[in-house]
Amino acid sequence: MNKTPLNHWHREHGAKMIDFGGWEMPVSYEGILAEHHGVRQACGLFDICHMGEIEIKGAGAWEMIQSLTSNDVRRLADGQAQYSLLMNSDGYAIDDILVYRRSADHVLLCVNAANTEKDLAHLLAHARPDAQIIDLSADTALLALQGPASVDVLRRLGVELNSVPRFHTLDIAVAGVPVLFSRTGYTGEAGCELFFPAAHAVKVWELLLAAGADAHCRPIGLAARDTLRLEMGYVLYGHELSESITPLEAGLEWVIRWDAGDFLGKSHLQAQKQAGLGRQVVGLKLLEKGIPREGMNVVAADQPVGRVLSGTLSPMLQQGIATALIDRAVLSGASEFFVDIRGKMKKAQIIKPPFIQRG
Amino acid sequence: MNCPKDLKYTSEHEWVSLDGNTALVGITDYAQDQLGDIVFVELPEEEETIDQGDTFGVVESTKSVSDLYVPLSGKILETNDPLLDNPGILNEDPYGDGWMIKVELSNPDEIKELLEAEAYEQLIKEEGA
Repeated sequence: MNKTPLNHWHREHGAKMIDFGGWEMPVSYEGILAEHHGVRQACGLFDICHMGEIEIKGAGAWEMIQSLTSNDVRRLADGQAQYSLLMNSDGYAIDDILVYRRSADHVLLCVNAANTEKDLAHLLAHARPDAQIIDLSADTALLALQGPASVDVLRRLGVELNSVPRFHTLDIAVAGVPVLFSRTGYTGEAGCELFFPAAHAVKVWELLLAAGADAHCRPIGLAARDTLRLEMGYVLYGHELSESITPLEAGLEWVIRWDAGDFLGKSHLQAQKQAGLGRQVVGLKLLEKGIPREGMNVVAADQPVGRVLSGTLSPMLQQGIATALIDRAVLSGASEFFVDIRGKMKKAQIIKPPFIQRG
Repeated sequence: MNCPKDLKYTSEHEWVSLDGNTALVGITDYAQDQLGDIVFVELPEEEETIDQGDTFGVVESTKSVSDLYVPLSGKILETNDPLLDNPGILNEDPYGDGWMIKVELSNPDEIKELLEAEAYEQLIKEEGA
């Protein structure tokens, strides 16, 4: 099992550990609800060292990334980041990623842990002599600091969060450790993600917790990371987006730049758009008690019309929320939707995420 | 983990408190700790007849769904409905206010199959190891 450099720290601090795609990760520390509300009201620190970092360097680096991703990297200036999709030739995303422009010949990709090897193989399969592909995953720590009070925590480290626009980065030093500060996150709250050499993971982690002690900054496990992202309706690869759910079905057309030239799989996406979508990922809010779970059927007029992709109880709303893949034909017709929860039909409302309003 | 000596237990982490021909049933301290914050509870209907080994309800944490198994066959006399609105009681007081169902036993012989506190403690020690 893969372990992050903080594995020992988590165990010593009472975290419940689980196997997450081959990684032994903390699922929770003091409790999912306390952690979830902690991030929404104050701030929290996440060990996301399992995520992959891949660097591409050389004169052809940007041309290569432009041809493999759906967004337009020409929109990036040095120090900016962009959400994008790593595409295959069939028009499916093999991963959703962040593309960082370090310089004119230097790309940094942040990719999902479970997809790192697949992404690397894909990049290598499209390698070119003027672009060098380097896997930095094992040597790079990645922490996320999220929540309204992260502004105060970062001020103690000499960073004014609000002076950095969203999806911009800074190169800073924390206790002498070189850190790539990225104003990004997966919770809907103010905050940042920090890349730095893995050898310093425990030092930086403890320093951030100490700097955040007054702000009630606490460690957050993967379970709350999931409920936080789902309340915002953010895509989780393997759930709302996969090699069987296309970017268009997932509602990610905003990440596709049709005018940015050719990219792998583009013609398939164009054809799909022209033909019209048969199904679509939607948000569902339960109007009765109950918690929708992955794989449960969505029902309209006594017929199954889709299935739940991710579901949880929203700690903020105290209601069941979910994403579901639905037959598009019924969206305009049917007026009442239900989730089949262990044979009981629970009324649900289709809504466009986010499920909660932030900021 | 707290395992009161006067209760009996199942390997599925339910406890049983016997009083003549009736039994109170709930989930153990170990079970609530393993589940974490319990946010949803489903209970059976009163008057329902239940058989040992059947599922009588569900507890859900934010992350997981767990079935509850009938430890002793019988008829449901009462369900602890306040749990439906406050499932967190199961975390706070699993052996007290967190009781789930009251059963009138139809086959008291089944009691022999339940575990004593020592045996249950041994079981969770092995599970945790």
